[in-house]
Amino acid sequence: MARTKAAFKPSLSDRVFDIANFTIMALVMIVTLYPFLNVLAISLNDSVDTVRGGIYIWPREFTLDNYVQIFKYDGLVTGAKNTILRTLAGTFLGLLSGTMLGYVLSRVDFQGRKFMSTFLALTMYFSGGMIPVFILIRDLNMMNSFLVYIIPGMVSAFNVFVIRSFIDSLPYSLQESAKLDGANDFTIYYKIILPLCKPVLATIALFLAVGQWNSWLDTYLYNGNAPHLTTLQFELMKVLQSTQGQTSGMMTGQNMAEIVKQVSPESIKMAITIVVTVPILLVYPFLQRYFVKGMTLGAVKS
Amino acid sequence: MKAVTKTESSIQPAAKKKKGFWTTFKEQKVLYGMSLPFIVIVFIFSYLPVWGWLMAFQNYKPGKGIFEQKWVGLDHFVALFADDKFYLVLRNTLAMSFMGLIVGFTIPILFAVLLNELRGSVFKRTVQTISYLPHFVSWVVVAGIVTKMLSTDGGAVNQLLMWLGLIDQPIQFMAQGNLFWYIVTGSDIWKEMGWSAIIYLAAITGIDQEQFEAAKVDGASRIRQIWHITLPSIAPTIAILLIMSIGHLISIGFEKQFLLGNPLVVDYSEVLDLYALNYGLGMGRFSFGTAIGMFNSVVSIILLLLANGVFKKFTKQSIM
Repeated sequence: MARTKAAFKPSLSDRVFDIANFTIMALVMIVTLYPFLNVLAISLNDSVDTVRGGIYIWPREFTLDNYVQIFKYDGLVTGAKNTILRTLAGTFLGLLSGTMLGYVLSRVDFQGRKFMSTFLALTMYFSGGMIPVFILIRDLNMMNSFLVYIIPGMVSAFNVFVIRSFIDSLPYSLQESAKLDGANDFTIYYKIILPLCKPVLATIALFLAVGQWNSWLDTYLYNGNAPHLTTLQFELMKVLQSTQGQTSGMMTGQNMAEIVKQVSPESIKMAITIVVTVPILLVYPFLQRYFVKGMTLGAVKS
Repeated sequence: MKAVTKTESSIQPAAKKKKGFWTTFKEQKVLYGMSLPFIVIVFIFSYLPVWGWLMAFQNYKPGKGIFEQKWVGLDHFVALFADDKFYLVLRNTLAMSFMGLIVGFTIPILFAVLLNELRGSVFKRTVQTISYLPHFVSWVVVAGIVTKMLSTDGGAVNQLLMWLGLIDQPIQFMAQGNLFWYIVTGSDIWKEMGWSAIIYLAAITGIDQEQFEAAKVDGASRIRQIWHITLPSIAPTIAILLIMSIGHLISIGFEKQFLLGNPLVVDYSEVLDLYALNYGLGMGRFSFGTAIGMFNSVVSIILLLLANGVFKKFTKQSIM
C-alpha cells in the first residue's frame, strides 16, 4: 500500500508540468477575457474622458450616458427589432425544417428517403457561389425584403443529419406502438419524436440563433439600401468600419457613423458593441450542457 | 441500423414491394407533405445557383433570360488566368488557408490535451466555459476588438510590448501588409480555439482511465502519458477532422478579410471570394465573377476528393 502511494506521488517533473500548464491556462483566460472587459469598461466610461486613454478593465468616470445616447439612433433601434425578429423566425423555421426532414428521413419505410438524403447531402459539398446566388435572389424579387434573412438558409443539411442520427438512436418500438394505436405520421412526429428530441433541439437552436444574430453579410449584400431592414451587426459594422477608415465598398448611411464619431469615437462604439454582443452571450450558459453533446454527435455522424 | 430495419419490416408486410409508386405516395402523403416543401427550397437555393454557372461562359447582361445571353466560351477563364491580380489573390487565399489549417488544427488539440491535464475541476470548468465565449461573438465584433487591441493609440498589445521594453514606438499592426496573414490567423484562433477543442475533449473523456492508472504505476511522466496514451487515443478523431478541413481549405470565405482589411494592406488581404465580389457585384461583371466562384468551387471539390482518397487508403473508411 505504502509503495503504491509513493508511486502516485507527483514527481518533480510532473509538478513543473502542472505549474506550467496552470500558467498557460491562466494566460489563455486573460487573453480571452481582457478584450471583453476592456470594451465593457470603456463603454461605461465618460466619453470625453475616454479620449485621455488609460482605461483598462475598470471605468474611470462611470456613466450610463453612452447607452442612453445610442438608443437615440434610429438605425440601432430598427436593427435590434429586425435582428430579434430574424433570430426568432429563423430559429423556429430552421428547427421546423430540421426536425421534419430529420424525422421523415429516419423513416426506413419512406420511399423518397434515399433520393432526399442524397439530394440534401450533396449540398454540403458544393455551392453555386456568391454571384449566381445574388442574381437568383434578385430575380426572385427578394432584394430589399425581410424574407432574404430566413428563407434561403432555412434548410441546413448538416442540421438535418444531426437530428436524424439522434432520432435513429431512439427505440423504434415507440413509433411502432403509436402506429398500431392508429396515430398518423404527423402525430407521431409531433407527440412522440419532438418531445424526445429536446437535447438535440437545444443545440441546433443555439447554432441557428447564433448564426442569425451574428450575420451581417446578407444585410450588406441584399438589404444595404433598405434602412428599415437593417440589422444590429450591420449597423455595428458601419460604425466600426467607417471610423476605422477601412474598406467599405457600397456603403450607404455613413452619416450616422459621422454623428457617432462626433459624440465620441470610442465609448459609443464600445457601448454599441456591448449591446450587440451581450444578448447572445446570455443564452449560452443555459445551453452549455447540451451543445457539448450536440457538437460531438454532429462530428461523429458527419 | 440493422435492428431498426428488422423491426420495421415486421410492421410493413412484404406485400409493400408490389405496390406502385403512386399508391405508396398516397399512403405516405403526410411524410411527403412534411418534406417536399423543404426539398423545394433546397432545390431553389442550392441547386438553381449551380445552373447559374452557365453565366461563366456567357456575357451576362441583367434583364435577359439565361438562354438569351451571348455565349463567349472560355473567354472569362482566359481573362482570369491572364490577370496578374488573380495570382496575387490566389496566393493570399492559399497562404491564409494553409496557415489557418495548420494553426487552427494543432492549437485546439494542444488546448484540449492541456485542459484535460489540469488539476482542480472548478478551474478546469471555468477555463473551458470562458474559452467558448468568443465563438458566440460575430466577426464584426471580433474585428473591432482585434483592431482595438492592436491599435497604436493605447492598444493593449502595443502597450504591453512597450512596457516590456521590447519596442520604443507602437507598431502599426493594421497598416502592415506582411502582418495581415498573421493577424487573420491569430484572430481565428482567438475566436475558435475553445470551441474546436470540444470534440477533442469529448474524445479524451472517452479514454479508458485504467490506461492512465497503469502508466502512473509504471512511473510514466505526464508528458509521456500525453504522448503515449492521450494522443494515440484521439488520433481517429484528429484524422476525420483534418480531412474535413482540407475539403474547406480554399473556401475560406471573405468575412475576416473584409472586416480586418483596409486599403493599406489590400495586396495581402484580398482573397478569391472578395475578388469575385468586387468584380462581379462591384463592377457589374457578373460573368467574370461567376468564373472566379466556379474556379473556387471546383478546386474545393478536387481537394476534398483527394483528401478523402488519401484517407480511404490509410483507414479504409470514407467520410463522404
